[in-house]
Amino acid sequence: MTALVDTAPLGETHAPGGTLEAKAISAWFGSNKVLEKVSLTMPANTVTALIGPSGCGKSTFLRILNRMHELIPSAQLNGEVLLDGDDIYASGHRITETRKRVGMVFQKPNPFPAMSLADNVTAGLKLTGTRVSRGDREALIERSLTRAGLWKEVKDRLKEPGAALSGGQQQRLCIARSLAVEPEVLLMDEPCSALDPTSTRRVEETIYEIKDQVTIVIVTHNMQQAARVSQQCAFFLAEMGTPGGIVEAGATEQIFGDPRDPRTEDYVNGRFG
Amino acid sequence: MTVLLEPDQHADPSVVEDRPRGIDPALPKVDRVFHGVARSIGALVLVIMGAIGVFLGYQSIPTFQRYGFGFFTESQWQPEKDLLGISSVLIGTFTVAIVALAIAFPLALATALYISEYAPAKIKSGLVSLIDLMAAIPSIVWGLWGFFLIQPKAIHIAHWLHTHLGWVSFFHVDTDPNASQWAQSRYAASAFIAGIAVAMMVLPMAAAVMRQVFSQAPPGEREAALALGSTKWGMVRTVVIPFGRGGIIGGTMLSMGRALGETIAVVLIISPSFSIKFAPLEVGTETVSALIAGRFGEATSAQLSALLTAGFVLFIITLIINTLAALIVARSRSGALTD
Repeated sequence: MTALVDTAPLGETHAPGGTLEAKAISAWFGSNKVLEKVSLTMPANTVTALIGPSGCGKSTFLRILNRMHELIPSAQLNGEVLLDGDDIYASGHRITETRKRVGMVFQKPNPFPAMSLADNVTAGLKLTGTRVSRGDREALIERSLTRAGLWKEVKDRLKEPGAALSGGQQQRLCIARSLAVEPEVLLMDEPCSALDPTSTRRVEETIYEIKDQVTIVIVTHNMQQAARVSQQCAFFLAEMGTPGGIVEAGATEQIFGDPRDPRTEDYVNGRFG
Repeated sequence: MTVLLEPDQHADPSVVEDRPRGIDPALPKVDRVFHGVARSIGALVLVIMGAIGVFLGYQSIPTFQRYGFGFFTESQWQPEKDLLGISSVLIGTFTVAIVALAIAFPLALATALYISEYAPAKIKSGLVSLIDLMAAIPSIVWGLWGFFLIQPKAIHIAHWLHTHLGWVSFFHVDTDPNASQWAQSRYAASAFIAGIAVAMMVLPMAAAVMRQVFSQAPPGEREAALALGSTKWGMVRTVVIPFGRGGIIGGTMLSMGRALGETIAVVLIISPSFSIKFAPLEVGTETVSALIAGRFGEATSAQLSALLTAGFVLFIITLIINTLAALIVARSRSGALTD
């Protein structure tokens, strides 16, 4: 896309983001259908915001993108999710590999409370059996925490437990932990809903800084946040008694500035939801 | 307004001492009644417990006066020679309990992990009730099971352990393991076989405590591990087991308390022996509760006091272990879940 030469020094390059393509995704919890034939392309190295009122299936859709949906006992789905062209639900695709390539940050910060900050950052490597040398490990910790905008605050207390941080710091620690395994896509499920405005701003800055290296899909209830951080927006809606679906998707400027559907216009202008 | 008052604190609010004021909860009558009933029943349990302790302690006075500290060092229990002591009995008690835990701990841990993490939802509740049912089997049945079904098999295991690991004193048996006709009776009626039966009795409780804490492991942390690309086992190892550590230790210690006091199954299996040795595979041992059960009927009043003293010592040991277990469970993250 860009003609600029990549000037990052060796060892600091990252795998470029991957392209996610959801094709006709439907989802059920038991017999309750919550999503119907949702298709959306999330291009590499862009931030896609999923907006819409509560209960419209945004989070379910997001969890389908890295196979977290199937952890819920009654959950089922149909359709395909292509990561760089390959269906992640195809038989023979290892679930652990998919989740490693498509990371996730949750609504509620969930660091491992008993682990030190440093161990939290490298937890993904340990869990996926990736071995790194001691020096590489330290460099990785610093790089991941820097990318998550947390390094300056915690560099002198890396041995403290994860639970010792404030909520906003914990969430950035979780982002650092996700980035440490070098995912191609990062899914964020309302990452700022439990944070104060300052922490929210820091997380948004982080999103802005990492979007060149990783594709981001973010669910948010905050319209201003969607407008600030995303380049592409998808508006989900589940009307009375029907499963959720995408009403309108497109460039963020268009969704906020010139929406085609009146329901989108009502929602982004705060008239309902 | 102020002219009516003395020039005291009321006149100037800044002088009033700033300390927490009392708050009257003004509970409705129903709440007060329920509160009172619940509290008295709770207190009653403590009173009964305390009364048992006081009774045993009081009954022990003559024994301690007569034998003093020698009661803990004497290994024989021969009232006719005026030799009464519990050193060998205490060792036997702990030997049986340790064997029981060595067998029950891994089984309970694996059972609890399987039920809470791996079992399909359909069979989960069935397995839970099955384990609970195991706790309902009377101990005499476990004793018979150990004596008739397990002992004939277990002596071969004991013989094998002795043959191959006999150089460790723990596995030593005072006979020649390589004799062409090895002495089967030397391996029977041992603490090892009693320990197997006791293990089956404490397993349900240990597994239940562990399963409970495992199932409380925070879903957020579980998802965090899985979303990083962890395998299920990796998630269990980094989230579930560290979270449940308090329950693992506490559940094991609670089982220890139970194993120390188990009587009837042990009486059925062991043959009494009062030597000071730590050889679980060898024939013969004695535990405090088995001693009491065996000697109670023919005891004179002085012997009865000595038996009750042995019971008192066991009571205190069990109380300490259970209290420690409760403290560990309560202090761990799994016990003090406030989130």
